[in-house]
Order: sequence, then structure tokens, then C-alpha cells
Amino acid sequence: MSAHAAETTFPPDSFYDTGEHHPQNGTMLGFWLYLMSDCLIFAVLFAMYGVVGANYAAGPGPKDLFDLGLVAVNTSMLLLSSITYGFAMLEMARGRQNAVLGWLAVTGLFGLAFVGLELYEFNHFIHEGAGPQRSAFLSAFFALVGTHGLHVSFGIVWLVVLMVQVRKMGLTEPNRRRLACLSLFWHFLDVVWIGVFTFVYLMGVLR
Amino acid sequence: MSTADTERAYDQRHVHSHHHPEGEAHGTFKGYMTGFILSVILTTIPFWLVMGDVLPSKQATVFIIMGFAVVQILVHMIYFLHMNTSSEGGWNMLALIFTLVLVVITLAGSLWVMFNMNDNMMPVSAHEMRNAP
Repeated sequence: MSAHAAETTFPPDSFYDTGEHHPQNGTMLGFWLYLMSDCLIFAVLFAMYGVVGANYAAGPGPKDLFDLGLVAVNTSMLLLSSITYGFAMLEMARGRQNAVLGWLAVTGLFGLAFVGLELYEFNHFIHEGAGPQRSAFLSAFFALVGTHGLHVSFGIVWLVVLMVQVRKMGLTEPNRRRLACLSLFWHFLDVVWIGVFTFVYLMGVLR
Repeated sequence: MSTADTERAYDQRHVHSHHHPEGEAHGTFKGYMTGFILSVILTTIPFWLVMGDVLPSKQATVFIIMGFAVVQILVHMIYFLHMNTSSEGGWNMLALIFTLVLVVITLAGSLWVMFNMNDNMMPVSAHEMRNAP
């Protein structure tokens, strides 16, 4: 009787295993949920810019300030860093550690170039008397673009930390997971930048 | 069923997931390059339209560059973020759709309410204020 019962009893995990793939651990989903909450932060900042973006307080407007050539270079920096991060992920799938580190370094340099150009632009505005305190338009502009720039800066810090970890411990399972998370973060920032250059810079100059 | 058999069965069921423990979608070189080239085209055209003052109508230019932005965001989602309806058992997509609903409510709601408030409550000039009913 007891032997018969043992035969028909399923192992506990197979009882619920209906053949669907369940992730063993939810890091990627959790990180995706974080990105979605970040998306809401940017949505609120875009909404604020949309509401007060035309209130110049008799100060300089987008046409007087924005240098689209600089923005185009900035955009290409971020786009190039996206594709080089993609190459790092491809090398990670092949398990080639040095190639991963190389592409990550290139990605970090493009990211630094982006942040550097943005800081140059901000510095230029502030010296022209167009700081965040000048008008509602400039407050909203600095809040939105500055938040994006801060994200990229912290992304670079994370990138450097991961490069050290990969160098020390190799492409271990936790490191692969971390690189995959940073990949989502990096590409997400590029998606936000599409909104910034379209709605803030291009449409600002058109207004 | 012996313990060894159970373990073997367990291994067979789970061996497929060892290389993709998170169920993450891997890109291919072709996929990344396709996304990159599309992005370059979708970025260059709006900048060219605005910097070169190509179209006589500003309204048309605004709508076209907004369209390009939406398409480029989709390109990034598909080729760089590897979004599809089945990753993480569909929860990724569900979270994205929920977020997009909130984003649309936030943006459209803010702009709509604040535009009307501006229109109805703020006198534009001292002259208008004097002649207000």
C-alpha cells in the first residue's frame, strides 16, 4: 500500500510544473519594473516641460539657446554607445571576456563624451545668464535634461564597477545577470533621449 | 522511483534553462546592426528637416518628427531592449502596457488641464484684465 502510494505521488515541484518556463529568479523582471517606474519619473518631467516650456519670463527661448549641431553630435554619441554595448552583450554570449571589457570601455568613453558635451552646454547656458533660475522654461529644461544626464552619469559609474568585477571574477552567472541589467538601463536611457531631442530640442527650435 | 531517477528527471527538465537562467532574450549581430542603421536614419531625417528648414509648414514638421520619434522608440524596444510578448512569461509586456497607460494619462491630463486653466483663468495682459467681464 505504501509502495503503491509512493509510485503515484508526484515530486513536489513537478506537480505545479505545467511546462511553461518560469524564471528561476526574477531579477530581470524586477529590473524591468524599476525601469518602468523610472519611465514615470521622466513622464512627469516631460509633462512639466510641456506645461511650462513656453514661459520664458522675457528671457531667452529655445531658438536663442539651442545649438542643434551640438545636440546632433550628442545624440550620435549616445546612439554609438548603445550599439557598442550591444556588441559587448554579443561577446558576453560567446564568453570572450577581453572583448567584453574592450566594448564596455568604448561604451563608457562614448557615455563620458555625452555627459561632457551636456555639461559644456549647461555651462554655456549658465554663463549666458540662462541658468535654471532664469525662467520656468529653463527650470523645466534643466530638470528634465539634467535628470537624464544624471542617469547616464550613474550608468557610467555602474559600468566601471562592472568592468572591475568582470576583470576580477570573469563572466560568472551573477556578472552576466548584472551586465544584462545594465544593458536594459543603457538602452532605456537612449529611448528617453529620443523623447528629449524630439520634444525639447527639435520642437523647441521649431516653436 | 529511485532518488537517482528523480534527480535525472529533474536535471532533464531543468537543463534547458541553465544557459538562460533569467529567460533573457539574446540579440544577434544582425539584429543590433539593423536597429542601429534604422536609428541612424530615423535620427538624421528629423534633424535634417528642422536644421535645413525643409518643409514650409511648421505644423507638418512637428507631426513628422513626432512620428519619427515614435517609430524610433519602437525600433529601440525591439532591436536593443529585445521586447517581445513572451519574455518573462508576458509580464514585461504587461508592465510596459500599464506604464504606457499611466504615461498617456500623465502627459495628456497635465497638458489638457493646465492649458485650459491658463486659457480660462489667467488674464494675458493688464488690458484684458481691465476689460474682463
